[in-house]
Amino acid sequence: MSENTTNINKEEEQLSLDDGRRVKVLSPGMMVFKRFIRNKLAIVGICTLFFMFAFSFLGGIISPYRQDQVFYKVDKANKEYAGAAVNTEYRFTSATDKPLSTMTRATFNSKVKNAAASEVTFQADGITYLASKVDDNFYVLTVGEEVGSVTVLGKIADVKPAAGVELSKAVTDAAVQAINKNQTSFEAEDCVFTLTKGAAKSYVLHRMSPVGLASMLNFAAYDAQNNDLVASFEFRKECETAMHKGESEFEVDGTVYTLEIEDETNADVLLNGDYVANVSNVIVNSVNVGVFLPIEYKAAAAEAIADKQTSFEYVNADGVTEKHTIQMRGNTYIISTEQETYLIDMYSPPSAKHWLGTDDHGMDVLTRLMYGGRISLLVGFVVMLLENLIGIVIGGISGYFGGWVDTLLMRFVDLFNSIPYYPMMIIAGAIMDSFEVDPYVRLYMMMAIMGIMGWTGVARVVRGQILSLREQDFMVATEATGIAVSRRIFRHLVPNVMPLLIVQATMGLGSIILAEATLSFLGLGIKYPLASWGSIINSSSNIYVMTNCWYLWIPAGLLIVLTVLGFNFVGDGLRDAFDPKMKR
Amino acid sequence: MWKFIVRRVFLAIIIIFLGSFIVYGVLRAMPTSFVEAMARQRAAASATTGGPTYQEWLDQLNESYHMNTNVVSGFLSWFGGVLRGDFGVSWKYGIPVTQKFGETIWYSFLLNIITVFLEVIICIPLGIQAARHQYSGFDYGITVFAMLCISLPTFFLATVLKYAFAVKLGWFDLYGLVGRYHQQLSQGRKVLDIMHHMFLPVLTLAMLNIGGLTRYTRTNMLEVLNADYIRTARAKGLSERVVINRHAFRNTLIPLVSYMSYLIPSLFSGSMITETLYQIPGIGYIAYDAMVAGDLPFTMFYSMFGLILTQISLMLADIMYAVVDPRVRVN
Repeated sequence: MSENTTNINKEEEQLSLDDGRRVKVLSPGMMVFKRFIRNKLAIVGICTLFFMFAFSFLGGIISPYRQDQVFYKVDKANKEYAGAAVNTEYRFTSATDKPLSTMTRATFNSKVKNAAASEVTFQADGITYLASKVDDNFYVLTVGEEVGSVTVLGKIADVKPAAGVELSKAVTDAAVQAINKNQTSFEAEDCVFTLTKGAAKSYVLHRMSPVGLASMLNFAAYDAQNNDLVASFEFRKECETAMHKGESEFEVDGTVYTLEIEDETNADVLLNGDYVANVSNVIVNSVNVGVFLPIEYKAAAAEAIADKQTSFEYVNADGVTEKHTIQMRGNTYIISTEQETYLIDMYSPPSAKHWLGTDDHGMDVLTRLMYGGRISLLVGFVVMLLENLIGIVIGGISGYFGGWVDTLLMRFVDLFNSIPYYPMMIIAGAIMDSFEVDPYVRLYMMMAIMGIMGWTGVARVVRGQILSLREQDFMVATEATGIAVSRRIFRHLVPNVMPLLIVQATMGLGSIILAEATLSFLGLGIKYPLASWGSIINSSSNIYVMTNCWYLWIPAGLLIVLTVLGFNFVGDGLRDAFDPKMKR
Repeated sequence: MWKFIVRRVFLAIIIIFLGSFIVYGVLRAMPTSFVEAMARQRAAASATTGGPTYQEWLDQLNESYHMNTNVVSGFLSWFGGVLRGDFGVSWKYGIPVTQKFGETIWYSFLLNIITVFLEVIICIPLGIQAARHQYSGFDYGITVFAMLCISLPTFFLATVLKYAFAVKLGWFDLYGLVGRYHQQLSQGRKVLDIMHHMFLPVLTLAMLNIGGLTRYTRTNMLEVLNADYIRTARAKGLSERVVINRHAFRNTLIPLVSYMSYLIPSLFSGSMITETLYQIPGIGYIAYDAMVAGDLPFTMFYSMFGLILTQISLMLADIMYAVVDPRVRVN
């Protein structure tokens, strides 16, 4: 009750007309202000706009980040680590220091590879080679050296050594026996000899000595000091022969090695329980330059590939178990593993560090919104001022002078008014795109074009108002006192149009911001590294961003809506305040 | 009246002519035109057979598109073609511009006619109700809602709707006018399919336009309600229903009809942003693609189409005023 009483008292107080109050009431500016602040929606609008300005202009200062600062993160990324391939080419090992000639290898590959026969002879560089197949993966190449000739007379075979060669009794006996048995080759003294039919009833005797190996398997030593041993002809020959035969031991130079056979193309060689070499038909290489893959890794990878597994684990030098995945791509395998990588922190969700996450460039969204707000508001104000400048001048002149000037200028206004706005802006944007205009220049160009395209409304309002004001008494007075024409227009007429213009401009600001946002959204407005709210929402045209990263585009959209709404509320409130008769 | 109409038509023709000249001038400022790309493509295709070189193709294409002349004579030859009904062949789509236009315009028209229908049946009752209960909570609600609709950016609203209804709820497709199995559907289902795909675009357009018309209706209704003849009608003791429906609403129709007359041409103009975002193959989407690609014939056609529509709507507004308001006719 008591509250009510005081209220009534207050009202009574206000109703009394003392001098102070009368002056207040008579001040038109104050009247407008009082009417304005009584409008709740307008106050909401003003508060929104204050927030937006603070957010955009102060926010940029407060924010610890720059608008084009890119953030990085250290993350585990699945990266290609090694490549592997099943070897389909023969690798050649020479028994001597001299490697097998290119011609020999090429001829082998063309003649022997895929040949069905287990022994194939071929000629290269004038030498006759004999390739004996051990299995599909392994051939031994031998070369015959002419050591003598055998002449057959009836039942008697006579072995005659070649010049400078001595043949032991065992060899000659074996040769004779072979001829009697109609064999073309025989073994004696750990050597293979062949008999080639020469002239009538005579044979040429060749001593075959192995000169090389052709193998699909790849040998790798576990310890670098064993490299020479593992690469040696003897070692490889014995090892592969043992592998072919499925033996668990072989002997080289008096040392007995143990063989652990996984399958016919994959085995490990041990000496006294220590791994010496790995044999495999899978070749594993590092994809990164300068990274040396340890043999253990290669062996593990080769084994996994041979077993057709899709992943394997490997304990690295630091004792950490790494998981590697194998992907087959054509004939090759890609081995990838999770590695620590320095990445651009893209599309990161909101966190304490980035309140609204980061965008597709790894930039802080909140900071970009702040700087984008500057651009959006700046564009709004500059374009609005430009429109009003052109509109007031042309509308003022047109309305004041009337007659043919008015007709001409108004037709000009009609013309500009009917040029389609968006097509024009889009064409302009495309032109600037193809000239690759600097983003800052582009910003100014855009403001200029938007101003030029949008002034006609202002010109119409100014002209219409001036047409009616011109007939009023105060204008007659200005004419009578001889005030200059330009002064009459811009000092006496235009200020009277101002209230309406301010209302229109406030409402117009909203639509300018919308137009700029739309153009930027289409990618024809503000360009990177500059940001505007529209260009930030542009990222939502990517379906992934739209569906998964709400924090990238919804805040920007809300800022636009709130700002435009704020301008509309304030414009509405101003209109009501300036002219209460128009209050609807 | 006739003298006025003739003058108006004459003026409209001049504006259309000059307006398209300005658009043509701007278009010609594009440095890398579609023609160059086309010439490069054809030169590459004919290189093996020893056909014309790039330069020869370029000259030939420029010749046939009147691109080798200056802007004025280029425009005049284009306009000459237009007068004979020849808008040229679209560079991007490869078919005559008018044919492409005929294929696409009906999608836009369909989209817009539904939207306008919705708009009218939603906005006018809302506006009238708001005006009748001025300063009530309902009125404030309507005002804020209308303002919000005006303030929504098309692309944001469309994206939010797509996010909510297409992505989260999965009720609609994200893009397009027809579904994946459209061809297999029966005739009736095909229509339903198109309607289903039209829902979000129509909702978007309707929401964007509702604000303006509601406010407009409310303002005009308030003006009428404050008029003397309404007070007279009430003083006569007429029921509130009769006052509103017979006296107030009919007078509100005058400004509303003039507002509508702006809408009629815009039925055909398409809505570039909405159609592009929903990939509705209407005139707006097609024109946007053509514009971005620098398709001169199509862009020129679309701009001229826009100019003509604007002029028609302005003329219609003048004429409709005369039809609705007898006082204008007397003058």
